[in-house]
Amino acid sequence: MDIDRGSTSINEEVARSIPIHSGRTKVFYQFTQQNLPACKPVLTPAWVITTFLLMGVIFIPVGLVTLRASRSVNPFSFCFCLIIQLFVVEIVERYDIECVPEVLRGNKVDKYMKAPIHIYYQLDNYYQNHRRYVKSRNDKQLLHGLKYNDTSSCQPEESNNGLPIVPCGLIAWSLFNDTYTFSRGTTELMVSRKNIAWKSDRDHKFGKRVHPFNFQNGTLTGGGKLNPHIPLSDQEDLIVWMRTAALPSFRKLYGRIEEDLDAGDVVVVRLMNNYNTYSFGGKKKLVLSTSGWLGGKNDFLGAAYVFVGSSSVIISIVFLLLHVKNPRPYGETAYLSWNLKSIS
Amino acid sequence: MKRYVYINDDEASQDLYCDNRLSNRKYTLLNFLPKNLWEQFSRFMNQYFLLIACLQLWSLITPVNPASTWGPLIFIFAVSASKEAWDDYNRYLSDKKANEKEVWVVKKGVKKHIQAQDIQVGNIVWLRENDEAPCDLVLIGTSDPQGVCYVETAALDGEIDLKTRVIPATCMGIDLELLHKIKAICNETKLGMSRGIPEPKLTAMDAMIDKLTGAIFVFQIVVVMVLGIAGNVWKDTEARKQWYVMYPKEGPWYELLVIPLRFELLCSIMIPISIKVSLDLVKSLYAKFIDWDNEMIDNATGTPSHATNTAISEDLGQVEYILTDKTGTLTENRMIFRRCCISGVFYGNENGDALKDGQLLNAIASGSTDVIRFLTVMAVCNTVIPVQSKTGSILYKAQSQDEDALVHAAAKLHMVFVKKNANILEIRFNGSIIQYEVLETLEFTSDRKRMSVVLKDCQSGKIILLSKGADEAILPYASAAQQTRIFVEAVEQYSQLGLRTLCLAWRELEEDEYQEWSLTFKEASSTLVDREWRIAETCQRLERDLEVLGVTAIEDRLQDGVPETIETLRKAGINFWMLTGDKQNTAIQIALSCNFISPEPKGQLLLIDGKTEDEVCTSLERVLLTMRITTSEPKDVAFVVDGWALEIALKHYRKAFTELAILSRTAICCRVTPSQKAQLVELLKSCDYRTLAIGDGGNDVRMIQQADIGVGISGREGLQAARAADYSIGSVSGTSLFNSVSLMAYNVFYTSIPALVSVLDKDLSEGTVIQHPQILFYCQAGRLLNPSTFAGWFGRSLFHAIVVFVISIHSYAYEKSEMEELSMVALSGCIWLQAFVVAMETNSFTVFQHLAIWGNLFVFYIINWILSAIPSSGMYTIMFRLCAQPSYWITMFLIVAAGMGPVLALKYFRYTYRPSKINILQQAERLGGPILSLGTIEPQPRSIEKEVSPLSIITQPKNRNPVYEPLLSDSPNSTRRSFGPGTPFDFFQSQSRLSSVYSRNCKDN
Repeated sequence: MDIDRGSTSINEEVARSIPIHSGRTKVFYQFTQQNLPACKPVLTPAWVITTFLLMGVIFIPVGLVTLRASRSVNPFSFCFCLIIQLFVVEIVERYDIECVPEVLRGNKVDKYMKAPIHIYYQLDNYYQNHRRYVKSRNDKQLLHGLKYNDTSSCQPEESNNGLPIVPCGLIAWSLFNDTYTFSRGTTELMVSRKNIAWKSDRDHKFGKRVHPFNFQNGTLTGGGKLNPHIPLSDQEDLIVWMRTAALPSFRKLYGRIEEDLDAGDVVVVRLMNNYNTYSFGGKKKLVLSTSGWLGGKNDFLGAAYVFVGSSSVIISIVFLLLHVKNPRPYGETAYLSWNLKSIS
Repeated sequence: MKRYVYINDDEASQDLYCDNRLSNRKYTLLNFLPKNLWEQFSRFMNQYFLLIACLQLWSLITPVNPASTWGPLIFIFAVSASKEAWDDYNRYLSDKKANEKEVWVVKKGVKKHIQAQDIQVGNIVWLRENDEAPCDLVLIGTSDPQGVCYVETAALDGEIDLKTRVIPATCMGIDLELLHKIKAICNETKLGMSRGIPEPKLTAMDAMIDKLTGAIFVFQIVVVMVLGIAGNVWKDTEARKQWYVMYPKEGPWYELLVIPLRFELLCSIMIPISIKVSLDLVKSLYAKFIDWDNEMIDNATGTPSHATNTAISEDLGQVEYILTDKTGTLTENRMIFRRCCISGVFYGNENGDALKDGQLLNAIASGSTDVIRFLTVMAVCNTVIPVQSKTGSILYKAQSQDEDALVHAAAKLHMVFVKKNANILEIRFNGSIIQYEVLETLEFTSDRKRMSVVLKDCQSGKIILLSKGADEAILPYASAAQQTRIFVEAVEQYSQLGLRTLCLAWRELEEDEYQEWSLTFKEASSTLVDREWRIAETCQRLERDLEVLGVTAIEDRLQDGVPETIETLRKAGINFWMLTGDKQNTAIQIALSCNFISPEPKGQLLLIDGKTEDEVCTSLERVLLTMRITTSEPKDVAFVVDGWALEIALKHYRKAFTELAILSRTAICCRVTPSQKAQLVELLKSCDYRTLAIGDGGNDVRMIQQADIGVGISGREGLQAARAADYSIGSVSGTSLFNSVSLMAYNVFYTSIPALVSVLDKDLSEGTVIQHPQILFYCQAGRLLNPSTFAGWFGRSLFHAIVVFVISIHSYAYEKSEMEELSMVALSGCIWLQAFVVAMETNSFTVFQHLAIWGNLFVFYIINWILSAIPSSGMYTIMFRLCAQPSYWITMFLIVAAGMGPVLALKYFRYTYRPSKINILQQAERLGGPILSLGTIEPQPRSIEKEVSPLSIITQPKNRNPVYEPLLSDSPNSTRRSFGPGTPFDFFQSQSRLSSVYSRNCKDN
């Protein structure tokens, strides 16, 4: 019985599968017959060598341009406790040797810096990406405030004295709270602390009517405190801090200097060294940097481009030599092993 | 075991025996869920997924949303289960059909219609001609006056020749109305007992994947252990100092486990869950493509190929041994009578067609006795039934093609077999009608290799015995007076030409000799024990002192394109065995003509023969020795073994024979019985080779069932083979079948990579992991699976992982190291790299290919843009920000170049300077070179069209790629969509892991 049914259905299939092939049917037919027109590239020497050469030709200039773009940024970064860092070298000085709450530092600007000059603070060996840390926040609470009270994800900083904390969680609790003031010579430099957070965060992630509540009131004080009268959407330092970094070395925007700095200017920084990084051996740095079309100073991309470009040029030359010295006919079936000897 | 049967006593038998209900079902409504789940979870991969899914329920350790595993897991299981359920439902339907079939049952003298399932033990069943026996039966009466009935047991053992069953003598007198009686039924029937439990057929690939899953699992465990320990140490030494993390002073007892388990969950994507779905989809597509393939549609009948078992199609690519039947598979099974030799005179030698040989026609016209007798045997000694059609022409219904050919030839030579009325045969010869009464038919069996009929000439009353059979079954029994040398020569000569030979003989019987014999024969046919053996023995007593009349030679034409196909397949490294029931010489000739073996001096044929154990042993050892020596030489060595020697070899020298089987690429086994065919398949399977058996006849069924892959050709010999086979192919279409096989061989692994990789990679977010699926799929080609390829893929994936990781963390360092952004950069880096990897591994680009590879990339961006537009999503505006940054695009470009450059260089180098066979063929094909010019293919005088077909072996494979692409263009979207919300989460966790690993390294420095 089964067989009969099977064979009739087969016949139907035949009837269906051999109709006149037009338009879409034709494509389908070709598809079913696996006869679609196909291009089948072969790795010919010419093709491969050209590709590598082309890669080199494109990458080296791009790399050089990128390097240049990154160099012209003229970063101006220096360690908290020590001297100026010239733009390439970052000299790291352990900070716990001479730690004082208030530091005054003068630094000479080497090159002309065009406004806006970004002020970053850099933390090293700080794991903002730690699992316990990263999870310990509540986006809904940040947006809706006390109305949203399921804050279990904020463990272990979700409530204090039986009252919920806004903003809750370890991230907010450990808010960075060093402060800086800059002056050129004797005149104070204007530092803009507005618009340092993403606009999308201010508008859609942090509530305009959510005010800090019961924050840093516990026995253990983590980082900075927040002014309970300013809504979260305007607490830009918090917003910046809460964009957690993926790597243990990171920079976060502190503000912008809206004036140009000339070479030879001496910038004096007065900083309040509040934030605790001793316990885990973290480092703090202050970075002044202009920004180019690729963002901040980053030699990596340019160097990598130059490296990749020159390697591909070298590879293409090697292949060219190989090909010239040892030409190998393509599709030579004589090389087939069964033509050399029978397969056992 | 004794059983008492109560005839027509339903109540008594109801208590004792079960009913006749047939059940092939695997499940019932109640046990479906547990049984199906149990079955699914018996596979390692599924256990693994379940473990992971369960671990994810523990929120302390889960890095991702549990839904991201449970959703797909449940979906996958639902799909598998519903497929099973659907199959089972269909089985239920066909069972129901069989169970509700109407059967006549005689009850209290009245015939009643009842359903087959209501038959009770002890019922008397009344069957008519061509009815199917609904249960096991004991014959108690037939309409035949001699109490004979013929049974076809094809459904049981695949043998299509009719078997005779005779009423036991004690039942002889019983009223003819009561015909059959049931003995034992339901699932205790022979059929039911032999059927076995329908096991899910695991393919090599399934097994391989399970194995690899295991291997990767072990690897994972190692990684997890290392990372877990490192993580715990780091936690205790460093993390506790970090006040902002607020590690509790005292953790719970399982604290040490948490980090390793977390890593385990992170690593779990190494074995992607979607692998299962993708595999199933691809499998069914494979099957569909076999169905669709127009090249595999037989033009004559319009029957396309049909893949019954969707699960094992990818095994086609791994076939190492092909065992093929000769008749009907290699040859067309369209027999044509070509030559004959009658009492020493050869006819048909000049023009190759005895029917047109003037000499023979003259001999017939002149009424030469020998010739007339010869023709009579041709016409009568068979089981052919002539059917007079309305137009007056006579159609013959023959069980075997040989008989058909003989009867037709006889008819052409004026000996027309006109009618068969019960026992009376009518033959028209030159206008006169001759009638014979059939007294006895001594049937053909594969052991006896001959058949005879005992006839009574109605005019003269003489009793004659007509025999036909294989030469070794006839010539030894020739009367001592007769010289058989001329016939031996004739047989030799014909088989050299590749013709099938039959010897015809006859003998006049004395009346009392017949009567005496007849009694013993009747007795033998009604015995219950060893009936067949006893009948054979009885027949033997009559078939002696034969007068050999002559030899017929029948041509069995080769199928179109067979030689080319075999040549190509053998070049592909597939070993060929031909198993045939034909004579050794015939088989060798056929083998030569279809490039099975190469002629001297290129080829060498080794013979294993011998009648006794010792002879076989020595000959086997000799062949083995030669084989060992010659394996290093560029020589085609084949061995030939006949059924008798094979029997001995299999029984006593199994080990030696197995070694021989492994050494030799070609073998011809002639005179083998169906069960020997199956034994050979088993032998090869036991050496861990993938076997494919092709056959068309009922006698191949066992072999087909035994083999890993059975290919049945639904041709002339009926559908038994097709039913048993996993694939049935429209009749006589050998060429394209082979094509598809080798095309699979070449390409299974290529094709699936682009498909599955792009399907799978979407939801992965970490470089190392991304490449793992490829490792799995590469292994599909069993022969490519070795540690070095695995290591190669592994190394490449590791390299890519490093590239993506290093480049993205460096180019997005410091002020840009925002978690969401960096994760998106790394993810897009993976996607880009993966697109290029797939592109590089793809051998042919069709529309679908492009659609899949670049569409994928496109879809990735679309989806992320959409996600970035939703304010509540974690990655709000991230993608827009990134795409607006030049540094993002520069990074992508760098990742692709740095990732692909070395890979391309390496590939080019291997491709050009260390090419594999496949590479060379690809090169040759793309340059339009003559691929098959290699080696020597005998120019075949066939149509040009045919010569093209083997070429397509090479060209077609590449075309197979598009197969999967539709999958791709869809599934990435869907998988991504389903994963959408989970992905960022997932990712940032893995990033954090990476970074913690990374930072740890940094600290070490």
